[in-house]
Amino acid sequence: MKTIQIKKIIDTVAEMCIEANTFLSEDMLDSLRTAEASEESENGKEILKTMLDNFEVAKRKGIPICQDTGMVVMFVSFGQDLMIDDGSLEDALQTGVAKGYEEGYLRKSVVADPFIRTNTNNNTPAVIHYKVVPGDQLKIKILPKGFGSENTSALKMLKPSDGMAGVRDFVIKTVEAGSPNACAPIVVGVGVGGTMEKAALMAKEALGRPLWMHNPLDHVAALEDYLLEACNDLGIGPMGLGGVNTVLGVNVDVFPTHIAGLPVAVNITCYVNRHVEREL
Amino acid sequence: MPIINIKTPINKVERKKLKAGDHVRISGTIYTGRDAAHKRMIEALKKGFPLPVDFTDQLIYYMGPCPAKPGEIIGSAGPTTSGRMDVYTPTLLETGLGGMMGKGNRSEKVINSMMNHNAVYFGCVGGAGALLQSCIKSVEILAYEDLGTEAIRKIEVENFPAIVVIDTQGNNLYETERKKYSK
Repeated sequence: MKTIQIKKIIDTVAEMCIEANTFLSEDMLDSLRTAEASEESENGKEILKTMLDNFEVAKRKGIPICQDTGMVVMFVSFGQDLMIDDGSLEDALQTGVAKGYEEGYLRKSVVADPFIRTNTNNNTPAVIHYKVVPGDQLKIKILPKGFGSENTSALKMLKPSDGMAGVRDFVIKTVEAGSPNACAPIVVGVGVGGTMEKAALMAKEALGRPLWMHNPLDHVAALEDYLLEACNDLGIGPMGLGGVNTVLGVNVDVFPTHIAGLPVAVNITCYVNRHVEREL
Repeated sequence: MPIINIKTPINKVERKKLKAGDHVRISGTIYTGRDAAHKRMIEALKKGFPLPVDFTDQLIYYMGPCPAKPGEIIGSAGPTTSGRMDVYTPTLLETGLGGMMGKGNRSEKVINSMMNHNAVYFGCVGGAGALLQSCIKSVEILAYEDLGTEAIRKIEVENFPAIVVIDTQGNNLYETERKKYSK
């Protein structure tokens, strides 16, 4: 039976937090470069150029791309044949976040209670979603989630009769209301089906899917294409100051649902769409 | 694109010259403040206490920085969403505040109050925290140190890039620019 030491998990998570906040994935960079080349608005073009310049400064100085280094969301796939040596997996993941945010000079943006609002000063707790899977691997995906964009996300329990048109309408309205505040060009994660929380989880996880990858289902891939075009036709543009690049990608995931329901969740992230994945 | 250089503080006459769509570079002293600091300032005013800063003709930058790495004076320092401060902003404008720097929409109430007090709203590029950090030349915590990243800081900036998004006449780039590109 494979065994993983707690210390290895802590160090890996800490490294991942720093990496995710300092370097953007290649698919995101490519997509922003394409946006800059295609942008028709003068403001938009200049803003996109500033965004691209900023990535270079962050890389050169080794400092976070954005000061909102987020609340950490983690998706953990835990192989059922795996042993964790020397302690609790949850504690190790949380300790790793605290270590990464301290050692990486990342901002601590988490308050202990939503009403009392005292900073926990180490950016924990992270929000961790576990999945138990066959095998002996530990797969960790980290998404530091900024709240300028998180605040523009929305969920609605549609009726089956609302259908595809209802979903389209809800996604477009959410993007229209949110993108000037969410640091457009944004990436949109959509979860359709399941239950209320399943839709929200799918929407979050969809943000980590590479921008070039479509949903494997034809009708869902067609919905992604439709939404991307319709959202960019809104004219909102980079930082909401006009232009043809409002959305860089729309990733939709679906799940079986109840005969009475059509839950739809829209999770929005800014163009600093950070996600890092590692397998131990 | 022509660039207008601004030196803070900016008096009413200078503010009135700025038009929505102007690209500016701001130099001088500005003050940071976001959610928790605003809440505290408004509570102080309600109780009849003075503000920690005289905001007359000054700019507030909605920003909570990352910690400074060794050798740096501040960490990444980009704008946060301004709309969350909408409930507090008119009260600060009444005290003489000259303008705000942040990102995203403002409410009608804020825009009306800006017009009444000849205030300007500057939009900065969100997420560009590393680049904007390099425009900051000095940092001093002025009030509410216990709020950590949300404390009020007095910072000196040099050639800090921004765009006039809402001017003293209430012209709003979020309204006007979008129309040009919507299909």
